[in-house]
Amino acid sequence: MFAKQLTVFIENRNGRLSEVLNVLKENNVNILSLSLADTTEFGLLRLIVDKAQLGKDKLQESGFSSLLSDVSIIEIPHKAGSLQALLKVIDNNGINIEYMYGLSIGSSEAHVVLKANDTKKVDDILTENGVKTITCEELAKL
Amino acid sequence: MIWNETKECMSRDQMTNLQSARLVKLVDYVYHNVEFYRKKMQAIDLMPGDIKSIEDITKLPFTTKDDLRDNYPFGLFAVPNSEIVRIHASSGTTGKATVVGYTRYDLDVWAECVARCLSMAGVGKDDIIQIAYGYGLFTGGLGAHGGAEKIGATVVPMSTGNSKKLTTMMVDFGATAIACTPSYLLHISEVLENEGLLDKIKLKAAICGAEPWTEKMHKEIESKLNIKAFDIYGLSEVMGPGVACDCQYHKGLHVCEDHFYPEVLNSATLTPVADGETGELAFTTLTKEGIPLIRYRTKDLTSIDHSTCECGRTSARISRFKGRVDDMLIIRGVNVFPSQIEAALCEVEEVTPHYMMIVDRVNNLDTLEVQVELDSKFYTDEVRAIESLTKKISHVILQALGINAKVKIVEPQTLVRSEGKAVHVLDKRKLY
Repeated sequence: MFAKQLTVFIENRNGRLSEVLNVLKENNVNILSLSLADTTEFGLLRLIVDKAQLGKDKLQESGFSSLLSDVSIIEIPHKAGSLQALLKVIDNNGINIEYMYGLSIGSSEAHVVLKANDTKKVDDILTENGVKTITCEELAKL
Repeated sequence: MIWNETKECMSRDQMTNLQSARLVKLVDYVYHNVEFYRKKMQAIDLMPGDIKSIEDITKLPFTTKDDLRDNYPFGLFAVPNSEIVRIHASSGTTGKATVVGYTRYDLDVWAECVARCLSMAGVGKDDIIQIAYGYGLFTGGLGAHGGAEKIGATVVPMSTGNSKKLTTMMVDFGATAIACTPSYLLHISEVLENEGLLDKIKLKAAICGAEPWTEKMHKEIESKLNIKAFDIYGLSEVMGPGVACDCQYHKGLHVCEDHFYPEVLNSATLTPVADGETGELAFTTLTKEGIPLIRYRTKDLTSIDHSTCECGRTSARISRFKGRVDDMLIIRGVNVFPSQIEAALCEVEEVTPHYMMIVDRVNNLDTLEVQVELDSKFYTDEVRAIESLTKKISHVILQALGINAKVKIVEPQTLVRSEGKAVHVLDKRKLY
């Protein structure tokens, strides 16, 4: 199962990140997790939100380059070694991870957001191995 | 020292007579050998016989860079290729290069003109001169080279790109003169300073050109290196470096008037302005065989002075340039038109056609940043995709313009839209 990640391209200028967050606030879009990939010239803000499509549209209207892309939100036990075990499965299948970031809610489960070079394949492998993936909406309810 | 006193110091009357005779001959020559000019003259009912003296030059049509492009590559040549012994080329306003051809006689004239310029700078046969302009299609290297050999100096053909080798040889050979762009020379002076070599050089003169430079840069070069710096001017369409150069009095650049007839034109009416008034410079190549040009508009803004110089030369002097009529930029000695960037970006589907060029000078070297917007179809969540795109665009620009540009992707809708004449260039160098 895929989840929709919202990505925003941001130039490294003062206050730009805050302007993005303001658009989301105005439209009552709640952020569940985020990661900011930064270079000297620009940043890519990757967000898991409760209303991805709305967030994308509103950001676009405000002049931001926003994009929805498929990622896997993977549920893993909230204990030492579980992420490593997950990566072993992924590595063994010859998949490259483009990027990954985490969030942990509650005490028993943690979640990682993962984007691989082959989104479809990683989804199949996770299913085959009984690893649970969830959507943004499900995540929002946790 | 004056290289050719007969030509450089002749009375104004003698010069006018010489120019008149040469113009009459030239018009007859182009009418019979260049279809482009024959058609242009026929279109305005002008026959070669109508041109009787240099005053009649205003009856003749102009030539522009676009004419060279439209007749690419050899359309304006007046002789068959069997007579052409050298080709040079510079960047055109769009994709196509501006190509010029030289006969053996043209190369002799070129060397003569550069010899005059080097002599103005006090360079002679006892000197060791490093030529640090690019050798190749660019006229700088080979042009300066020919003149330096003609005066009998010891010529070191450095070309560009290796500052360390240049400074080492400058010291080891005891080079006394250098020819290069002024910004490159400032860079060289810093390299020398950093390596503690400033007091080990024997340099006494620099002949700098191929890009505009300010009086401030002139003074900085002279004081830093403890030398005399001279301004040499030229453009490949007319010949290359050596069309004009300033003498030790620095009161304008002496034009080799017996070969290149200068006119300074009112930008609106395109009629000649009085001495001292600013206008666009145009040249008629009075003696050129390969690609003779009539009233070629340089787009450079200057003023002219026909009075005799303190150095004794009577040749007309053009002032330090005051700007350009068009939007051409000179970056690291390379002519760059924003339209070239535009054309290059059209090949890259991932970006919109909007762009901004930011030109600056950092540590005395020109830098070019090109800002582009990502097309919405190519928005991405991967840093790598953006980084490989900037590399791709840099490569496209390098291929098209021959210079390295730093490419910066900016947010959508942040670059100026083309409404009428959009500003696509921010030049922070303040060269004029």
